[in-house]
Amino acid sequence: MEQFLEQIASGLANGAIYACVALALVMIYVSTDHLNFAQGEMAMFSTYISWQLMNWGLNFWVAFVLAVLVSFVLGVIIERAILRPLHNAPVLSVVVVFIGLLAICNSVAGAIWSYLIKEYPSPFPKSTFGFAGVIGPHQLGVVLVTLVVLALLFLFFRYTPLGLAMRAAAQNPQMARLVGVRVDWMLALGWGLAAAIGAVAGIMVAHIVYLDPNMMSGILLYAFAAALVGGIGNPGGAVVGGFIVGVLENMVAYVGNMIEKTTGVYIIGNGEKLTVALIIVIFVLTVKPAGLFGRVVVKRV
Amino acid sequence: MAALLEVKGLKAFYAKTQVLYDLGFDIAEGGITTLLGANGAGKTTTLRALCNMVRTEGTIRFAGKDIGGRPTEEIVRQRIAHVPEGRGTFTTLTVDENLRIAAYTRKDKQAVKAELDRVFGYFPRLKERLQQQAGTLSGGEQQMLAIARALMLKPRLMLLDEPSFGLAPLIVVEIFKILKRINEEEKVSILLVEQNAALALDLADYAYVLETGRVVMADRADVVKNDENIRKSYLGY
Repeated sequence: MEQFLEQIASGLANGAIYACVALALVMIYVSTDHLNFAQGEMAMFSTYISWQLMNWGLNFWVAFVLAVLVSFVLGVIIERAILRPLHNAPVLSVVVVFIGLLAICNSVAGAIWSYLIKEYPSPFPKSTFGFAGVIGPHQLGVVLVTLVVLALLFLFFRYTPLGLAMRAAAQNPQMARLVGVRVDWMLALGWGLAAAIGAVAGIMVAHIVYLDPNMMSGILLYAFAAALVGGIGNPGGAVVGGFIVGVLENMVAYVGNMIEKTTGVYIIGNGEKLTVALIIVIFVLTVKPAGLFGRVVVKRV
Repeated sequence: MAALLEVKGLKAFYAKTQVLYDLGFDIAEGGITTLLGANGAGKTTTLRALCNMVRTEGTIRFAGKDIGGRPTEEIVRQRIAHVPEGRGTFTTLTVDENLRIAAYTRKDKQAVKAELDRVFGYFPRLKERLQQQAGTLSGGEQQMLAIARALMLKPRLMLLDEPSFGLAPLIVVEIFKILKRINEEEKVSILLVEQNAALALDLADYAYVLETGRVVMADRADVVKNDENIRKSYLGY
């Protein structure tokens, strides 16, 4: 039983990471209809930035905040410099650019920091975060940090005029212009925010998966699955989807292990976790393409 | 009275297709002007050209300032409110948010609140539906919301693209009455595009009749209304 709870807890911790990356994906998707394949690599790059800052002697949280801010600015710059000129380009061109961006982030990170796997510290000391036996201090910390970030984002979008303008620009860009919203800047801001959320996810997960230029590739797949489960285009859904996928992958491995233990037959286990993500993607796309929370917009004429 | 909006030699294009040919017209401050014409005459395109939403050439002067070629959002900030064809509802936002978005650059919360109350004076029904998702409103309510949102921009000029479209006749009469009040009480000049020429001519002081992107007639609304030839050849009633 304890093992079962442990698996759920660690699933929630992983899920928090997937939720962040999924949210970053959805944020760009709702305003541009594009899936940013480079989201994971951008997050990886941000994580390296924080590592570099810590290497220069900064405290973890100072490095965390700085890396998130730098990522925000880089996100804005990428949108303005690379995607803005592609405003009217066909989808495939944009996809190719995303893949190029992915490759560039990956190789630049490799060139600067090498492909050697690095250890990454956890900012959550055992003494204050280690009260429960079921969930580890780092896992608990990850869940808390992501929940705070998600809450802040929710408040920003729900209650600030700028958040409202961003939602309006994503929903109906032409009409947003007609009420004086600078839609182009809202898109850039969306990219900045997505990059910043990705940075949070990368920095939180680096202690678990270790730091290397390919650290986010698996996570990006889970995040895709999460975004699809929640209904791509629904930020809240992406977050819930993240937690569902995180717990689900652990449950599948757990059940597989139990079966092996009792019957001695190996069907599924830890090695097949990534397969679970892919099966989820295919399952959702074929059975319920709108996802669990994919809202069918009510529209009367 | 000096013209609030002066348009000269206005041309507009969709890709390579020219839709407006050297259009020229004026809008008097405080008046209601209507653009009439059959489908495809270029009425909607004219409104879109004024806000630089299509490729445009020619001069557009608003309140003495050249606004041609400025980005749409800058033109709007000069206090030109455009109520587009199809109402432009932000369907997933609430009614409240649909209204507030028009005031999002304004810092003064008290003033925005007062503004909202003033707008509810014209459209009390919106006040009852504040927290409702705007996409679930009826067509008439969405049209009211669109006009109310335009009012939140404190416009000097309001561009209205077929406010009667797809609405029950009774609702249309209600909306047109409100437009008249807005024009008189708020001193908002109005440029109205309508398919329903009879209705538009009742409301407007001045009318331009368009045919395939050119002005073919310009006169006082009552003159146009009583000219049987024009009615028969261009307005079809």
